[in-house]
Order: sequence, then structure tokens, then C-alpha cells
Amino acid sequence: MVHTFAVYVENKPGVLNRVASLFRRRAFNIESLTVGHTETPGVSRMTVVVDTDEYGARRLEAHLYKLVPVRRVEDITTAPSISRDLALIKVAATGEARTQVMQLVDVYRARIVDVSPESLVIETTGTEDKIDSLLEVLRPYGVIEMVRTGRVAMARGNVPSRRAQMRVRSGSDGRGDVSDCSV
Amino acid sequence: MTLTGAQILWEALVREGVTDVFGYPGGAILPAYDAMLGYPIRHILVRHEQGATHMADGYARASGKVGVAIATSGPGATNMVTGIATAMMDSSPIVCITGQVGSKLIGSDAFQETDITGITLPITKHNYLVTRADDVAPAVREAFAVARSGRPGPVLVDITKDAQQGTCENVDWDAAEPHLTETYDDALPGDGTAAEAIEFINQAERPLILAGHGVMLSGAEREIAALAERGHMPIAVTLLGIGGVAASHPLNLGMMGMHGEAWVNHAIQEADLLIALGMRFDDRVTGNLKTYAPTARKIHVDIDRAELNKNVRVDVAIAKDLRTALQEWIPAVAQRDRGAWLARIDAIKGDAAVRDIQNLPDNGHLYAAHVINDLWRLTSGNAVVVSDVGQHQMWEAQYYKHDRSRSLITSGGLGTMGFALPAAIGAKVARPDAEVWVVVGDGGFQMTMAELATIAQENLDVNIAIINNGYLGMVRQWQEFFYEKRYAATPLLNPNFAKLAEAFGIRAATVTKRSDVAGAVEAARCQNRAALIDFQVEQEDSVYPMVPAGADLHKMIRRPSPIVETAAD
Repeated sequence: MVHTFAVYVENKPGVLNRVASLFRRRAFNIESLTVGHTETPGVSRMTVVVDTDEYGARRLEAHLYKLVPVRRVEDITTAPSISRDLALIKVAATGEARTQVMQLVDVYRARIVDVSPESLVIETTGTEDKIDSLLEVLRPYGVIEMVRTGRVAMARGNVPSRRAQMRVRSGSDGRGDVSDCSV
Repeated sequence: MTLTGAQILWEALVREGVTDVFGYPGGAILPAYDAMLGYPIRHILVRHEQGATHMADGYARASGKVGVAIATSGPGATNMVTGIATAMMDSSPIVCITGQVGSKLIGSDAFQETDITGITLPITKHNYLVTRADDVAPAVREAFAVARSGRPGPVLVDITKDAQQGTCENVDWDAAEPHLTETYDDALPGDGTAAEAIEFINQAERPLILAGHGVMLSGAEREIAALAERGHMPIAVTLLGIGGVAASHPLNLGMMGMHGEAWVNHAIQEADLLIALGMRFDDRVTGNLKTYAPTARKIHVDIDRAELNKNVRVDVAIAKDLRTALQEWIPAVAQRDRGAWLARIDAIKGDAAVRDIQNLPDNGHLYAAHVINDLWRLTSGNAVVVSDVGQHQMWEAQYYKHDRSRSLITSGGLGTMGFALPAAIGAKVARPDAEVWVVVGDGGFQMTMAELATIAQENLDVNIAIINNGYLGMVRQWQEFFYEKRYAATPLLNPNFAKLAEAFGIRAATVTKRSDVAGAVEAARCQNRAALIDFQVEQEDSVYPMVPAGADLHKMIRRPSPIVETAAD
């Protein structure tokens, strides 16, 4: 089963290496990994997608917590959440084909962000399914180049994470949601 | 007050309670060595940086304090790798300090530059690259906190030369206080509860406690004995769990696993409840996982949540400090008589006593098992024994009966040959009043024997028993059992160990007969300086019982019966 983790880490040199090295040496396969800043200065957030079973997911969470720069881990696999992937797709499109591609882009609510005599660059955001599907219909026209960001994900509403629930119960923090990741 | 980074380093170490460090100087760590002279620290000059890490490790295991090793950049740092990995596998708290080339030279392939934080990333709990004098104090303080906390382990602090030379005004020691995200002792959904564990224990007819290194790391020696006594439950120990429960305790069955006693492994296979405490179900103790303890429910307590449900799926998994957990359980554990179960284990023992090599008459051969058993008797079981890796390690575990906590120091997880001699030096420095014996094979001894010079220079009273069979014995045994006696690269042509020791100014003896064992051991004991004894033992002797790697735990190769033994002679 594919698990999605949100991992809050201190923004220090080498942190990505520590996390990636952990996955490698414990023989977990990363499906995708994204890193970026969060609302808290000095804290970055990774979204890591891993194919593993329930026991593996729990061990992975425990291993992540053992890394000193890791502040918080959320397994948001089962939580109601929004996940998005962004893709830039360069398609060969001239003449008749160009019109057809532009119609498809409309249908998928994607955008054309670059036009050249031989090709178009399409930007699209959405779930991985949607992007896969768009890619499938564009393929016959000739996909010259493609880049995807990998999944970023966020829990919906004010749903406290497993760990945040625990913290509220133990009374060490009291707030329980995203704010307790501040260092 | 203005301090250099080098001074801050030593000040920080002193504040952590450090009194002894093991190290080897070099270019990139020279500023630190120069500043060392101003601080109340004993520095033990080693002969190889691997030795420094094993010494720090032995120091930590003997005392429970954090051991410290120090080395220069490049080769000094890379020589530490084996010792760091050893400490990682056996949860030993050490802090390694390494010099690094100047921060402006990093990445330029400068002389003696190596990316030691990169190299040690997977074998440390954490590591630091410090490039400014201001960062020395926080890094050292956090390093000690990380090394000690939760499941202990090694931490490396790499300090550039300019960070050692740079200055810092008014170091704020309070601001350097570490802030760590502690996760153990907090229950997560999916974790078991004390109530479930107690219910399982009280229901069990054939419970068995599996005690590991965590018993000592957590300081739960009294609690584990109290739990066993209250519930009238037998205990089996892992190699690193030896000493956590007294060998003479009537409920202590002995060591489990590949070279564990047959009745211990059979008891595991017949138990209806395993209570695994501070152990991690290593492949050397479980054998084939598919057939492991098939009738038992399982409770597992470990401070490291990542160990739970790793090798063996358990029914109650608790991530908690062991001592805290047991204190919570004990009052609720029902006092029960489990005489029938203990009688069953006695019955399993069967003719084991007859097969015991200690009960064989002296036939003129010198057996390693005899040497170790004699050593136990002659030291009244009070020595701190530091064993290396191989056959002698298993015989030590079987025939030296450890009644005291932290009295056996050995490399279990990584199985590092060459560990014993330097680790014993560390143990002796940590506990100068303890009688320290190295039990080491002729192969492992030659891996780190340069540290004899350290013993001589520091005038340390460390006694060394070489169990010399002229082979890499455990590998030879595997070749005998599983490779049709094709002894590829296992016979050793050894130097004269006694003469070698004498060259270092260490008194030495060679023993070839059982009747000479006691005299040699007594002679070594009665002087206040190091001694080495070369015990030239039976060459093709094997360790029994043995569960072949990956085999079912109950399908072990038993000791030959005495009748066969006599016939062979």
C-alpha cells in the first residue's frame, strides 16, 4: 500500500541526505519526495510517498523520529487530505494538431505557458491520476519532454494528526495542530 | 572571557563530566590537543584510531558513562568507522571528536580531507560538522544528549581547524542547552498497553522472559529479577543480556540462540508467552523466523519503537524505557506457581549435563571450554571479561558465569574482531578497581594487538588470555560443518605471543596443559600490571550446541555424547 508522510524537518544542511539515506539503508522505496519551506521560518516540510505495509509505515515513522533534525512526522495516508502534483509537458504540435492539443488542454483545465513554432509547453496541476490521464491523451501528438514535481499533500480542515492527538492528550503542548511544529 | 573553539571543546567536555579521552593527534586536530593541556582530562594515546573508538565503547559499557574518542581528519577519522559501527549496533553511547580541514578548504580535496560526516551518517545516531567557534559548545552538548538519550549510540562531532582556532566571547552555556524531539515513552495508536501485557502474563502457563542488553542500559536488573520471581517465570538471556540477570539466579536458564543451550531454545519453542525485554530478535537468536516460537503469544518492550514488529510480529508492542515499564507491571503481576513448566524445562535438559565438557575427565588435551571455566573459578566470577568475536566468545558466554551487571563486554551486533583488547583498555580506565580479563582468539588478537603498547605506556593492569587454536576457529568450524572441511584461508601461522608481549614489557606465559592453567592465571592475577597468557588449545574443537544459520531454532547440532568423544580419542 502507498503511504504518504508529511515530515517536518529543521532547515539545516544535509537534512535531505539524512532522510534519503534512511530510506535507502532500511530498504524502503521512495515513490516520490518533495521538499519546501513551511509557514514557520527554519522548518521545511517533506512529502514522502512510500510503498510499504502498515508495519513498515509504523517502523518508518519511528525511524524518522530518530533523526535529530526531524521535528514531526504525520502519516496522512488515511486522513482526508488534498494531494497535488505539478507537471510541465512539452508537446510537438503544429498545424491541425496544435488546435486539437489546445482543446485537450481546455478540457483538462491545464494552461499553455509557452508557444514555439514546433511545440507547446503545458502546465498542469492536479492529482497524479489527472496528470497521468492528460499525459496519455497527449502522447499520440509526441511528448518531447516532461517534468513532474511529485506529490505534495496536506490534511483537510482542522483534522489533528495521530501524533498531534497524542500531544494534546499528554498535555505537553495543548494546541495539537500544525502550530506545534514551530521550533 | 574570550575562549578559542579548542578551549570551548574541552570546557564543554569537562562540563559533561568527561575525565578520560582516547585519542591520536594529527594536523587538523592540533589546536584542540594544544588546548587540552589546560584542562583536567586524562588522555590515553592509542596506537590506531579504531582502538580509540573501541576503548571509548568499552569505557561506556563498563561504566554506563559516555566514552570519548578523538582523532584527526582524513585517515584518522576513517579509521574510526569500524568502532563507530560497533557502538551503533550494540547501542553504546560514545562521542567521537574529529578534526577537519579549514572550512574554506572543505570540498577541495585538501590534504587529509575526507567527508567524515557523510561517511558516518548511516552508522551514527547523529553527527555534526562544526565550522565556527560559536557552534562548538551547542554541538558538543547536543552530541552528549543524543548519545545518552533513548536508545544510546555513537555521535560524531567534526570540527574544522579554523573553528578550533577561532574565538568566541562570553560563551552562553545555558543557550547551548540541547532541544531534542523525544518520542519514546509516548504511546502512539497501535501500541500495546501495560494492561494487555499483564493480562497475557497472568494467563500464561508457559511464559519465558527474554532479557537483552536493554536490561543493563535501562538499569532494570532488579526489576527483571523481581518480575521473574513474582510470576515464577524462567528467563533466557541474549549474548549482550548476559550479566543483566545473575547466572546463578535459579530462574535464569542461560543464553539463547545459535550457540545457546539446547534447553533454552527448546523452551522458547514450547513457550506459550514470550516476554521480550530490551532485546531485538536478532537473526542469531531467532533462527528461522517462520518456525520461531510457534505456540507463543509475544510481548515486546523496547525503547526504540523502530525495533517493534521488525523481525517478529508481536501481540503487545510497547515503546518505553524498560525499567519504567517493569515498575508499572510488577505490582499487577499475579504471584503464581509455574512449577510444572519449570519441571518440563528440566526434563528437556535430559542428558545435557553428561554431555557437558566440564564433566569430562582430563584426557591430556587442553580445551578452550576448560580454560574459560577455570578462569571463572579462579577469578571467583568477579572479573570484567572482555571477549572478542568467534569460538572463544561463545565458550566465554557458556562457561564464564556472570553474576554481575556490565561484567561481560563483547561485540554482539557487528561481531567486530579486534574489539576485545582495546575495549578492555577502556573498561580498565573506566573501572580501575575492577579485575579486567581479555578473552581473545589468536586471529582477533592480531587485528588490534598494537594496543599492547598503549597498555604498556599507560601501565594498565589488563590481563590477556589468548585462546590460541591456530585457526580462525569459528570460520573453520563452519567450513567443517558446511563446506566439507575445506579450510580455505583459516589456518594461521602465529608469532610467539609470549615473546611478543615481552617485547612490549608485558609479562607472559604459554600454557599447553590443563594442569598449568591455574598457575598461570594466578601468576597473572597477583601482580599489579598487565600479563598475557597464550593458551594453546585443541585446534579443531567446535562450539556446541549450534543452530545452523537460518535453521529452525530447535534443530541444533548437539554436543557429541561422551561415548563418541572417548572413541574418537
